[in-house]
Amino acid sequence: MSVSLRRGTIMPVQKNHGGVHAEHRKNTSELRDVVLPTPARVSIPMKMHLGAPCEPVVSVGDTVEVGQLIGDSKAAISAPIHASISGTVKKINQVPNPADGTFMTTIEIESDGEMRKWSGLKVPEINSREDFLAAVRNSGLVGLGGAGFPTHFKLNVKPGQVDTLVVNGAECEPYITSDDIVMRYYTDQIFTGIVSVMKWIEIPNCVIVVEDNKPEAIDALVAYIEGDSRLSGIKVMVVPAEYPKGAEKVLIQNATGRVVPVGKLPADVGCIVMNVTTLTVLGIYLKEGRPLTNKIATVDGGAIREPKNVKIPIGTSLKDIVDFCGGFKQEPTLLLMGGPMMGTPLSSLDFAFLKQNNAILALVEDDYILKPEIACIRCGRCIDVCPMLLSPTEMKSSIAAGNAEKTRDLGVNTCIECGCCAFACPSHIQLVQYFREGKKMVRALEVK
Amino acid sequence: MAATQATQAFDASAANQASAANQASAADQANTEKTSNTTSKQATGKQAVKQQEKSPVLLLASSPHFHDKSDTSKIMLDVIIALVPVIIAATVLYGWRVLLNVVISAATCVAAEYVSRKVMKREMTISDLSAVVTGIILALNVPAEFPIWQLMLGGVGAIVIAKQIFGGLGQNFVNPAMIARLMLVVSFAKSFVVSNPLIGAGAASTAAGVDAASGATPMAILANGAGQLEGIPSLWDMFIGTHGTMAVGETCALAILIGFVYMWVRGVIKPHIPVAYVGTVAVLSLLFSGFDFTFMLYQILGGGLLFGAVFMATDYATSPLTNKGKIIFGIGLGLITCVIRFWGSLPEGVSYSIVIMNILTVHIDNWTRSPIFGQAKKQKKNQNEPKEVEA
Repeated sequence: MSVSLRRGTIMPVQKNHGGVHAEHRKNTSELRDVVLPTPARVSIPMKMHLGAPCEPVVSVGDTVEVGQLIGDSKAAISAPIHASISGTVKKINQVPNPADGTFMTTIEIESDGEMRKWSGLKVPEINSREDFLAAVRNSGLVGLGGAGFPTHFKLNVKPGQVDTLVVNGAECEPYITSDDIVMRYYTDQIFTGIVSVMKWIEIPNCVIVVEDNKPEAIDALVAYIEGDSRLSGIKVMVVPAEYPKGAEKVLIQNATGRVVPVGKLPADVGCIVMNVTTLTVLGIYLKEGRPLTNKIATVDGGAIREPKNVKIPIGTSLKDIVDFCGGFKQEPTLLLMGGPMMGTPLSSLDFAFLKQNNAILALVEDDYILKPEIACIRCGRCIDVCPMLLSPTEMKSSIAAGNAEKTRDLGVNTCIECGCCAFACPSHIQLVQYFREGKKMVRALEVK
Repeated sequence: MAATQATQAFDASAANQASAANQASAADQANTEKTSNTTSKQATGKQAVKQQEKSPVLLLASSPHFHDKSDTSKIMLDVIIALVPVIIAATVLYGWRVLLNVVISAATCVAAEYVSRKVMKREMTISDLSAVVTGIILALNVPAEFPIWQLMLGGVGAIVIAKQIFGGLGQNFVNPAMIARLMLVVSFAKSFVVSNPLIGAGAASTAAGVDAASGATPMAILANGAGQLEGIPSLWDMFIGTHGTMAVGETCALAILIGFVYMWVRGVIKPHIPVAYVGTVAVLSLLFSGFDFTFMLYQILGGGLLFGAVFMATDYATSPLTNKGKIIFGIGLGLITCVIRFWGSLPEGVSYSIVIMNILTVHIDNWTRSPIFGQAKKQKKNQNEPKEVEA
């Protein structure tokens, strides 16, 4: 790869512990994003982020336009929600959240087919750090890598506390290529976002971490940096394509060599981690004034007739998205929101596309391996692959034995649920599910 | 409005019910959220079935949904493949009886596992091949002419006493084959006295009038101490196996090393335990003998050291989990083996050292658990690393 020789822009790689080699299956990496035709209706949940849910600020019968505020909250950790199509508010009701089964207030908008932009949209005027944080909040941005943490809250660090912006372009989940597409074709918007964050949050350094299976994206980023002398403080780090390079703590260790202490945040070691897609949306908002109303996601898997990268309005029914991709060529047996390593399985297509979704995968039996769990043989592979240096087999034993204290002491709360242990387990033990239970046990212990 | 809400709620509960059913079929643990169970009870079964018919039945298993191709039975198969050179070497050296022993022992172990799982009303586990491995290793741990009924008794002891009553695969705290071997040594000591160790060599040793020829295994000669190695086979004989040993599997060092390399390359075992074990024995032998390298090589090639180090000390269930723990385990094995060999009243100490270290494994695991990512200890270490990102 030619770019690896340009030492000026490309940084040497640090090493992290653990990780697994999952098949990449980046089938859609050459497919530039296509715009989904305006759906007949969208259902926009009021909770697509970590923190407090939003309250609807529109009522049934109201006419809304693209980018118009429809949900907001006074809570510090929350992000406003905007209409993704123009039309009429038909319903405000409760629908289940596929991730945890809880109910979310949801606004259903029926399209008028015009996708009229809201007249209130304007390019934000930024003169200070406060203006910038307000603008980020108004953009409705949350961490688009999947966590959905409100971006304005993440950026609200003490001045001088953070010296490095780590940009996550690793995209280590199999199948997903939406970040790759963003890095290739929305490079300009990414750098608008990066430069504004570095300027207003006063962060001197920036490292963009990309896996080496995305050479075109690396070329695009490096070419952009080298084409503008003002961007010389921004470095690109090419890491081996190995899961989970995109996990926050692993990313920080790779980019800076720093280890985030247990129970601390990236800012405590002087880092902020942002996903490339988050920065793109920020760049678009700062340039055009359009908040987060649509997003690129990868639609792929053995059951999808025409895998695509699709630009989808938030709240679109998954069924509409799958139909746009030619529907199913055979019935899927596993439907995922997100990637196969950490994604949420869905019971049907009757769910809405959320802000933090980056993929919809419809898999058939040949695509995955699911075998019945058998006894642990203590081979220790889970220990070798854990990026958090945990001992999954011992944690599993203590959870199965109901020993909450030992589970806590073994560090179950440090588990990032990346799934490397279960991926590598020859006995097919559903370790991640055990650890979710373990976390509940520890929480119950702390309440006592 | 209210009607819509009800429909939506029903959709959710039906979905959850499907989830519960699927999760059970996916052999998932009893981790289904209690909330979803309660909700699903509210929807009648009829409605739920209707809902399921409409939409495809989708699997709702826990992430990750990807898995590498590793499999416990494949690991066990690799161990069996690694044992094949040893079986071939033993058969060539001691005759077909070895093969018969291997087959009978493996069959006994599988049968014992089958019966004990049935009796305990547990799910059947014979397909994981671990009982086959135990059976083969046990057969390689006895002389060729070992009485069959005693061998079968050993197989039952290994599976039932050492493995299944502790919960089966992965739950035993001492190597089953090793327990069986010790059980047999204690119960039927006479069966272990080899009267005609090698094919072809038998005539020679009788001719030489060596009484209980056999009694004088290399280990017994070595027990006399360095510099008194009269009557011991040459090092080359020790390496390729043309010498008499008590257990047939211990004879050919070359075959054992081939098995070791195979398992290492296949990622079945890590080299830490065998290397630490043999290395410790080598160093202590040198120290004990005043740096007599010949004596050291005899210590390594003689007795059950190599077979034990490669095939028995590396048993997952009874050895430590971490690399650090494996090294401590190996050093401990070497120490105990040497203490027994040099100062004990027995000529050989591999079996006892493995059993003793097996019992200590749980403690070694507790001592050697690595600090969690970002835990205080780790942090100290990282302070030395460059903190500043290069500009």
